[in-house]
Amino acid sequence: MRRFVLIAVPYLWLLALFLVPFLIVLKISLSDVALARPPYMPQLDLTQGLDGLLTFFSDLDFENFVFLSTDSLYWQAYLSSLQIAVVSTLLTLCVGYPIAYGMARAPREWRPTLLMLVILPFWTSFLIRVYSWMGILSTEGVLNQVLLFLGVIDTPLQIMNTKTAVYIGIVYTYLPFMILPIYSALEKLDESLLEAAEDLGCSRMEAFWLITWPLSRNGIIAGCFLVFIPAIGEFVIPSLLGGSDTLMIGKVLWEEFFSNRDWPVASAVAVILLLILIIPIVLFQRNEQKQREAEG
Amino acid sequence: MRRFSWFNTTSLTLGFAFLYLPMILLVVYSFNESRLVTVWAGFSTKWYGELLRDQAFLDAAWVTVKVAVFSSTLATVLGTMAAYVLVRAGRFSGRTLFSGMIYAPLVMPEVITGLSLLLLFIGLNIDRGVFTIVLAHTTFAMCYVSVVVSSRLTSFDRSLEEAALDLGCSAFEAFRLVTLPIIAPAVISGWLLAFTLSLDDLVIASFTTGPSATTLPIKIFSAVRLGVSPQINALSTLMIAVVTVGVVAASIITKRAAVSQARDEQAAIRAE
Amino acid sequence: MAQTVFAPWTDPDQKPIIEFRNVTKTFGEFTAIHDLSLNIYEREFFALLGPSGCGKTTMMRMLAGFETISSGHIFLSGQDIGAIPPNKRPVNMMFQSYALFPHLSVWENIAFGLKRESRDRDQIAARVEEMLRLTRLTKFAKRKPHQISGGQRQRVALARSLAKAPKLLLLDEPLGALDRKLREETQFELMDIQEKTGTTFVIVTHDQEEAMTVASRIAVMDEGHLVQVATPAEIYEAPNSVYVADFIGDVNILQGRATPQGDGVSIDWAEGQPPIRAATDTTFSPGQACHFAVRPEKVTIDVERPDRPNTFRGKVIDIAYLGNISTYHVELAGGHRMKAQMVNARRLANRQITWEDEVWVGFTDTAGVVLEE
Repeated sequence: MRRFVLIAVPYLWLLALFLVPFLIVLKISLSDVALARPPYMPQLDLTQGLDGLLTFFSDLDFENFVFLSTDSLYWQAYLSSLQIAVVSTLLTLCVGYPIAYGMARAPREWRPTLLMLVILPFWTSFLIRVYSWMGILSTEGVLNQVLLFLGVIDTPLQIMNTKTAVYIGIVYTYLPFMILPIYSALEKLDESLLEAAEDLGCSRMEAFWLITWPLSRNGIIAGCFLVFIPAIGEFVIPSLLGGSDTLMIGKVLWEEFFSNRDWPVASAVAVILLLILIIPIVLFQRNEQKQREAEG
Repeated sequence: MRRFSWFNTTSLTLGFAFLYLPMILLVVYSFNESRLVTVWAGFSTKWYGELLRDQAFLDAAWVTVKVAVFSSTLATVLGTMAAYVLVRAGRFSGRTLFSGMIYAPLVMPEVITGLSLLLLFIGLNIDRGVFTIVLAHTTFAMCYVSVVVSSRLTSFDRSLEEAALDLGCSAFEAFRLVTLPIIAPAVISGWLLAFTLSLDDLVIASFTTGPSATTLPIKIFSAVRLGVSPQINALSTLMIAVVTVGVVAASIITKRAAVSQARDEQAAIRAE
Repeated sequence: MAQTVFAPWTDPDQKPIIEFRNVTKTFGEFTAIHDLSLNIYEREFFALLGPSGCGKTTMMRMLAGFETISSGHIFLSGQDIGAIPPNKRPVNMMFQSYALFPHLSVWENIAFGLKRESRDRDQIAARVEEMLRLTRLTKFAKRKPHQISGGQRQRVALARSLAKAPKLLLLDEPLGALDRKLREETQFELMDIQEKTGTTFVIVTHDQEEAMTVASRIAVMDEGHLVQVATPAEIYEAPNSVYVADFIGDVNILQGRATPQGDGVSIDWAEGQPPIRAATDTTFSPGQACHFAVRPEKVTIDVERPDRPNTFRGKVIDIAYLGNISTYHVELAGGHRMKAQMVNARRLANRQITWEDEVWVGFTDTAGVVLEE
């Protein structure tokens, strides 16, 4: 009995507030927009019994998905989201790896402090961290002022409202997600392996590429997924740092919903976003499982 | 004794500069006299004064804290239950679906979570406001709590619970007297995580709120959309300060505890 | 002085405190315990011995109530305890990991079970003090488990499980985590405490020396079956199967065919070797396949042929010097090997036998046991 309650409470909560809402999204994505409240049809009318159910299902169609595939705006938004996510994931790796490496090779008594310094920004508001770059990247911003003062450039660079600003924003906010798994992989690495490699004739550089890099591969893969997956659906960064031409699917969904009030299309956009995400999520799960099996 | 090599020193210095300079600049400019963010016009705390006189900000802050306290507490209770079910309940029908529903919200884009909950609330005709944000935040935060707590439960020595049963505890007493005190640190960090997630959330709150409740992130977002504002700098500085003090204090406390535990263990080994 | 030997299992009037009656335990497809029946008597120190996976831990967990019984019954003082949950059984367990509550002091750990019985404070305090004295832990009452040594932790676990004065105490590999020297000391301490408290102890172990030292009786288990239940001396001197003979101590096992002869049998066991003459109570039909098991310490080694019923000629190929004794590996004609042990009563100088020496090994007709196939 107790066990039943223990299972039932969180189970029902998640069913009601996670699964059911998602099924509603799926259903609305197959509905048509209507000038009514709520602004879509058909509505499920249970008072008509089975007939109502049948008309309800016969009125559902894939029109919204057809619409999405014909309008190039959505194609571009999906492709551009993917492109931004891939580029910024690689950039985060390039920035994060040396930091994780430096941390793992730091004196032992320093490591907890360094680890805390990496985690600390994670506890501060995401919104504020994105916002902090607005003052730096704008045409009168700190970065341009410094560069002008140093004489590196003559006219201010236009970084704000471009893809570059979005890349910087993603690298900055998701950096801890990249550093932590790589650090934990590198920290476990037995240093006598490197000594053995050098003993067998490797140069330092060769030892890095032949030993350290492959052995930190699991951390790299985990870090890349942890950056890539949320970056695809990102909304705050493109809407604060990106311009009107930086299309990202999270932003399109938001505007479709709040500005155009086209709920069926917004729902269809959400469903496709999820379909795109399923592949990296499944790959990530597999990688985690493989690692657990290898360790367990 | 190992030392920093020049390469590691450089990468760490640059890396941490990248992580911290933007926030430091934010803090510095929050004390700028001028409204123009980029021109330094002398030290002033006037933006803090203005912030504290702005009733709209204070209201939003109050709503945010209320939402965060309620949702993180509820999420901790539900998340701990869910973790217990995941690790201890054994097989039951629908277990796969259950663990799927625990992990899915962690990777679900916020826009989708927000949209789907909004559509649910509209479908059920619920008035949107603090209540609906609490429901939404509880749902995604409980998944984070259950991940934190279940990782602690997995490493928990099961024979401790069996020993409690063996010594006459009922299952509930065993949980209250043995399991809960031991996993308490994980439960507390789960609560803190849920609390920060709720404080921080813009997207889900925007979808699930109504005209009656504006949270701080929503307020900040609508303010900074138009550009940099010194008032927001001041607000950000306050939030950064609170978090820094909290995290540093927490890490000092845990470090002290770990050091004294290690010392005790050493002493016990020597005494043998 | 007429002290009666403690052997309740030989007395048909004695009622067992624990009775396993046709107990079977399955986990899905796997059967951990096969239709097992066993009686354990009051004040016994009973050992369940076997390799890992033989079902001994499952037996103990069924007694404690952590595993349900698939079929059959377990009786404790005549009461069927199958349906009683662990927290209602007058049985306590000392866990292999000790399972000391890390957030409670030594005192609170020991008082934990007593507090569940809603006794009054003074009674609890008195009982805890008594337990602390019994296990010599009074000084450490206020410490937390991580502040004491491994041996002390083991004693806390023992005190905690004894505090409620259970009818039966279960000990799951109680000494497994201690180093060898401490383990030997603790074995005697355990026996001492068992005697003082008069509690029935059931110990699970894979360490045969430990079982031999502490137990009044040993049950040797294999793959969910009881192979032999007997006193340590019987188990050692008269194993009932090759499995038991091989599991306990060192042994020479020879395969052959028995022919009844006089009081015993004569065993043909190798081409070109004289048959072994051995006394036995079992009756064998002529030519029946059998095993002959003889312990190395019962086999002598001499340069001259000794005057014994069984003697074989061979060559020393290996000597293991263990300090107090030496074990000689002797290869007989035809390639069979036999181990013989000698006590090193003298110091190094006079040891006559060395590698490659031609020697005689020999044993009496009562030295070994003849086991049916």
